[in-house]
Amino acid sequence: METYDAVGENNFNPSSYHGNHTKQHATWSPYDNNGGTVMAVAGEDYVICAADTRMSTGYSIMTRQYTKVDEMSPKTLMASAGFMADAATLKKLLKGRCDQYQFANNKPIGCVAFAQMLSNTLYMRRFFPYYAFNIVAGLDAEGKGAVFTYDAVGSYERTNYSCQGSGQQLIMPVLDNQLKTVSPLVLPAVSSATPLSEEEAIDLIKDCFATAGERDIYTGDAVELFVMNKDGIRKETMPLKTD
Amino acid sequence: MQDPDAFDLGGFEFSASSHNAKEGGFTSKLATKTGTTISGVIYADGVVLGADTRSTNGETVADKNCEKIHYIAPNIYCCGAGTAADTEAVTGTYYVYFSIFQLILILKGMVSSALFLHRKSTLRESRVVSAQSILKSHLFKYQGHVGAALVLGGFDIHGPQLFTVYPHGSSDCLPYATMGSGSLAAMSIFESDYKDGMSEDEAKLLVARSIRAGIFNDLGSGSNIDLCVLSRAGTKYLRNFEIPQERTYIRAEGYKFKTGTTVINKRNFQTATSTTTEPKKIL
Repeated sequence: METYDAVGENNFNPSSYHGNHTKQHATWSPYDNNGGTVMAVAGEDYVICAADTRMSTGYSIMTRQYTKVDEMSPKTLMASAGFMADAATLKKLLKGRCDQYQFANNKPIGCVAFAQMLSNTLYMRRFFPYYAFNIVAGLDAEGKGAVFTYDAVGSYERTNYSCQGSGQQLIMPVLDNQLKTVSPLVLPAVSSATPLSEEEAIDLIKDCFATAGERDIYTGDAVELFVMNKDGIRKETMPLKTD
Repeated sequence: MQDPDAFDLGGFEFSASSHNAKEGGFTSKLATKTGTTISGVIYADGVVLGADTRSTNGETVADKNCEKIHYIAPNIYCCGAGTAADTEAVTGTYYVYFSIFQLILILKGMVSSALFLHRKSTLRESRVVSAQSILKSHLFKYQGHVGAALVLGGFDIHGPQLFTVYPHGSSDCLPYATMGSGSLAAMSIFESDYKDGMSEDEAKLLVARSIRAGIFNDLGSGSNIDLCVLSRAGTKYLRNFEIPQERTYIRAEGYKFKTGTTVINKRNFQTATSTTTEPKKIL
């Protein structure tokens, strides 16, 4: 009868022991996932862009107050989830491009033009992408709310609401249920903005984040809501659970 | 090729192991591994055990208020971290049913069952070292594949005792101990504020504080704090001893749907008895 060999076969190989240096870094990745949830809701004459403020890696919280929403121009907000180093680099690049636009055209960039520029910038890195999942929110030329949602390599779409990041799977079905309206492509054209008032939308967004914070370990600490309407941009902060 | 049936392998089924070896090894992705903070401390007259109540499945919270302090014997309890199924199978739980004639006790879990039978045959109180040696010999036999990381505490004729048992079968006997993904956060509290011969209240507050450190600084841990106090006077299981944080926002009007939101295509009512042919009108 054979017996158990607890150690197993002798796999000791002196040549690999003395340093196969190419294998030592095989598990290193240039990417990390810092978690976080971002979302946006467009109304007839307003748009709300919201994000939680937790930034984490693995089981650790790096900071409880990281703002994921940025004002790229007076009519454009941008929120990013995913890898924050890439998101920060991307936003820095895009802010520079927004300044160049201002100097060349003597007016700030609009959210529709910005949305196309973000898509182009992401696709330039098709084979070494920015690991960032973005939402652009703003008011278009007619003052209507607009939300643009992206993947990491630049595919994008104009929608009325969107959610990206670690809480996406929890929040998106709720938004579908509460906000789904007719397609913006349908003819003859019908307004596809969400039927909610600004206050009702804020209420829904706050509840979405409180719920996601209960079940997603990467969503928490606080939620920042950037509300844009004809009067400008206003910021609201609400605490979330910190566990 | 080894024949698995030729060996005493305990209660597990190993018939697929030779097949898996050919396929390049078996890795289980099905088990729920709980990120956890568990801890324990010895005070003047006993032991206090503590645990958080979050159970995770990857990045989602599977249970917001689970129990991680398991029953071993009336005078011995055990906190579990690691693979949830393993910590539950290896330690124990008990259910009490009240039938008309008698009280029925159902025991589950390896060590609690073994110690129960041992008590019935020796008519003596269980000892903490018995639980510790059963646990570590079982875990060593399975070479870390039974993924249970435990903090074991109890009070017996030798007084209060506290052990940690690692998944590979090693163990420590300590005055204060932590385990799980939040163990470093919890240990930082013990390392700064532990002192010998604390009172019961001091010990409870220190353990609660160590668990709170895990809840707020480790993403794998969260929700509430459970405690268990074991002393000569008996055992106190303090479920949800502390609820550190409530939900910050609830939508005032909730989610109400208009009648007719779901379209009814067809209605068909039938009575349960065959005597009436006419369908009974319900609406």
